[in-house]
Amino acid sequence: MSAQLKSPAIERHTIAVLVDNEAGVLARVIGLFSGRGYNIESLTVAEVDHAARTSRVTIVTSGTPQVIEQIEAQLGRLVAVHRVHNWTTAAPGIEREMALVKVVGTGEKRVEAMRLGEIFRCHIVDTTLTSFVFEITGAPSKIDQFVELMRPLGLVDVSRTGVAAIARGPEAM
Amino acid sequence: MDKDGKALTGAPTGAIELSGAEMVIRALKDQGVTHIFGYPGGAVLPIYDALFQSEGIVHVLVRHEQGAVHAAEGYARSTGKPGVVLVTSGPGATNAVTGLTDALMDSIPLVVLTGQVATHLIGNDAFQECDTVGITRPCTKHNWLVKDVNELSRTLHEAFQIATTGRPGPVVVDIPKDVQFKKGPYVSPEAVRHRTYRPRTEPDLAAIVKAIDMMAHAKKPVFYTGGGIVNAGPDASRLLRELVEVTGFPITSTLMGLGCFPASDPHWLGMLGMHGTYEANNAMHDADLIVCLGARFDDRVTGAIEKFAPHAKKIHLDIDASQINKNVRVDLPIVADAAKALKEMLHFWKTQKRKADAAALKSWWAEIDGWRAKKSLAFRNSKTLIKPQHAIQRLYALTKDKDVYITTEVGQHQMWAAQHFHFDKPNRWMTSGGLGTMGYGLPAAVGVQIAHPDSLVIDIAGEASVQMTMQEMSTAVQYDLPIKIFILNNEYMGMVRQWQQLLHGGRYSHSYSEALPDFVKLAEAYGAVGLRASTPDELDAKIEEMIAVKRPVLFDCRVDPKENCYPMIPSGAAHNEMILSDAEEEATQVSDEGKMLV
Ligand SMILES: Cc1ncc(C[n+]2csc(CCOP(=O)(O)OP(=O)(O)O)c2C)c(N)n1
Ligand SMILES: [Mg+2]
Repeated sequence: MSAQLKSPAIERHTIAVLVDNEAGVLARVIGLFSGRGYNIESLTVAEVDHAARTSRVTIVTSGTPQVIEQIEAQLGRLVAVHRVHNWTTAAPGIEREMALVKVVGTGEKRVEAMRLGEIFRCHIVDTTLTSFVFEITGAPSKIDQFVELMRPLGLVDVSRTGVAAIARGPEAM
Repeated sequence: MDKDGKALTGAPTGAIELSGAEMVIRALKDQGVTHIFGYPGGAVLPIYDALFQSEGIVHVLVRHEQGAVHAAEGYARSTGKPGVVLVTSGPGATNAVTGLTDALMDSIPLVVLTGQVATHLIGNDAFQECDTVGITRPCTKHNWLVKDVNELSRTLHEAFQIATTGRPGPVVVDIPKDVQFKKGPYVSPEAVRHRTYRPRTEPDLAAIVKAIDMMAHAKKPVFYTGGGIVNAGPDASRLLRELVEVTGFPITSTLMGLGCFPASDPHWLGMLGMHGTYEANNAMHDADLIVCLGARFDDRVTGAIEKFAPHAKKIHLDIDASQINKNVRVDLPIVADAAKALKEMLHFWKTQKRKADAAALKSWWAEIDGWRAKKSLAFRNSKTLIKPQHAIQRLYALTKDKDVYITTEVGQHQMWAAQHFHFDKPNRWMTSGGLGTMGYGLPAAVGVQIAHPDSLVIDIAGEASVQMTMQEMSTAVQYDLPIKIFILNNEYMGMVRQWQQLLHGGRYSHSYSEALPDFVKLAEAYGAVGLRASTPDELDAKIEEMIAVKRPVLFDCRVDPKENCYPMIPSGAAHNEMILSDAEEEATQVSDEGKMLV
C-alpha cells in the first residue's frame, strides 16, 4: 500500500545543477525555489566551461525527502538545465566553502582570535593594529564553528561563498 | 552537427537575409502556422507590416490580449496544433499573462510573440516597457528575450519545439523593435536542435511489464485518466479504448480528460473529483489498483490527501517526471508519452496472454453498479423554472448528433456541463481546468470556431464569467464566427454562492450578479443575435433556433438561481464522503482545516 506524502523529517541536501549560461537562467532556478516555497540555505553559481557556455549552480536546501525529490524533478524540468545531481543522496562528494571573517579587537582577545585562526588553518589576508581578516576554507560546518568562536572575540563581518561540491574518485557529475 | 547543436547556431552559408519582422512571418509559415491571434501596438508594428505584405497567415484581431491567448488555447486544444499569439510590449504583454498561466496549468502548446522596446532602451522605463521575460518566467514553459537578430529564427523554431513536445505548454518570445528591423540570416526549422531540451517519451519496458502484471492481478482496478491522454493525440484515445476493452476495467477521468474515452461506453464511470460522480469517486476510494494515465493527482481530484484511495496500489503514467510522487506517492511510475506507453501496455498484455481476474471484476462491477444506482447526477426537475442541469441535458440532446465543440467559463455551469454534456471524442471539450479562469470560454470558442468554421461551437457560460471577456463578441461578429454563447443565467456567481451557503453561514457577500445587462439587447448592440428562454416550455424551441442561426448568438437561459451543484466532496473530505443534495449539505459540518482549502 502506498503511503501518502506526510513525513516530517527535514533533511539538508546539496544539489548541483549544470545549466546553460544564458540570460536569466539563475532567475529561473531561484524563481522555482521561491515560487514553489522551497528553501535555499546557500547558493553558488559561476561559469564552469566557457566554450560550452555552461554554469554550475550549487544549492544547499532543506526539506522532507518528498520535497527534495520534487526539487530535483522540478529543476530537471527547466529547459536550460543539462543535469541535476544530488550530492547528499548519491555517493557523498566533497563539499567546501570559503569565508572571509573580520575580527576587531586588541589585547587578549586579539591573540586568542589569531591562535584559533591557526588551529582552523585560516590565512590572514588583511591586518591592521586592531583588526584581522581571516580567510577560511572547509566544510560549511567548520566555518559555522569558526564564526561562532569569533563572535565573543570581536567578530564584525562575515562573507561566505556558499558551497561548492564535487565527487570523490574519477567520476564527474 | 555536433551533439549539442553548437555548429547550428552560426549562420549557414547561403542563408537568406531577412529582417527580424520578416523572419517572424517566415518562421511561422515554416512551422505550418495558418492562423494567429493578436493585437497591434508600437512595439510590433514592423511585424504587423510584414504580415500585411505577406500571404498565407490569417490574423484574427481580438479585443483584448487575454482574449487572444484564450482563443489560441481553444484553437490548440481543438486541433492539437500550437496556438500562436502576437501582442505588443508593456500592456499587451501583461494582458496576456492570465492566458499564459491558464495554458501552463492546462499544458496547452502556445507560442506567444511579444514586442519589446528597442534593445538600447531596455531597463530605462521606456514607454510601454515592461520586463516581459521576468513577468512571464513563472507562467511559461520557457521564454526568451531575443536581443540579436542572428538568434531570432533559431529561437522561434526552438519555441515551437518546446511548446509542442514533452509536456506541452506556452512559451514567450520577446522581440525588441530594433531587432524586428535589423537584417540577419534566416535558419529553417530542420537546422535547429536545442542544446539541452530532450523530453523523454519512450517508456521503460520493464515498468510496462510490471504494470500489466499488477493489472492482471488486480481485484478492484480503475483507470484514472486525464488531459495527458488528450494531449498525446487521437492515437492515445484509441489505444485507451482498446485497453479498456481487453481488460474490462472501469474508467473515470478528470475534468481535463473528458472525451479521451467515450462517455457512451458502459465502462465509463463519469468524471471523478469534487463534483464527480458517486460511482467514480467510490471506485477510486475502494480500488486496490489505480492506473493513472496522464493525470496528476490534483487536489480537486483527490479530496483529502490523507484519506485518498487508502487501499490502492498506484501506477502513474506521466510525460512529466516532476508529477510523479508530487501529491501522492505511487508504487510504479512510468515517465513516457501516453500513446507510446499505452501501445506497449497493449502489446505486452496481448503477447503475454494476460487476463484480468474475471471473478473479482464481476463482483467489483456489482459494487460499482450499486453506487451507480444512487444516480448521483439526478436532480429534481421543475415545470416552472428551468433547472440548469435540465438546460444542459436539453442542449446535449439537441446537439449530440452534430459536429459539436464545447467550451466553458468557470463556475457551477462548468461543472454541470462536465456532468451532463457527454463526449465521445477527444479535443471536443475546452475548459479552464487548472487555473479556473472566468472569461476563458468565449474567446476560446472564437479560437475553436476559427479552426473549425463549419462546426457547432458552444460556450456554456455563466452570466458573471462571460462579462469578463464579453468584448470578444465583437471579434466573433467581425470574422463571421457563429459561436453560441449559452449563458446559464442564475443571477449569481453561483459557485461562490454555493460555498457561502456551505461554509459561511449563508452570508452571500458580493456574489449576487447585480445590474446585469440585457443580454439580448447586448447581442444586438454587437450585431449578433440575442435569444432568451425563461421557462422549460420554450427551452427546446429556443435552442433549436440558436442552432439554426448561422451567426454569433448570446443565449440568455434564465435558470433557477438557487440550484446547487451536486454531488460534491466538501473540502477536507474523502471520496466516500460525498454529499448528494441540499438536504445532506445542511447536515454536513466542514472541518476548520477543510474551510482553509480553496
Ligand atoms: C477570473 C476569476 N475571478 C474569480 C474567480 C472565482 N470564481 C469561481 S466561480 C465564480 C462565479 C462564477 O459565476 P458565473 O459565471 O455566473 O457561474 P455560475 O457559478 O453562476 O454558474 C467565481 C467568482 C474565478 N474563478 N476566476
Ligand atoms: Mg451565475
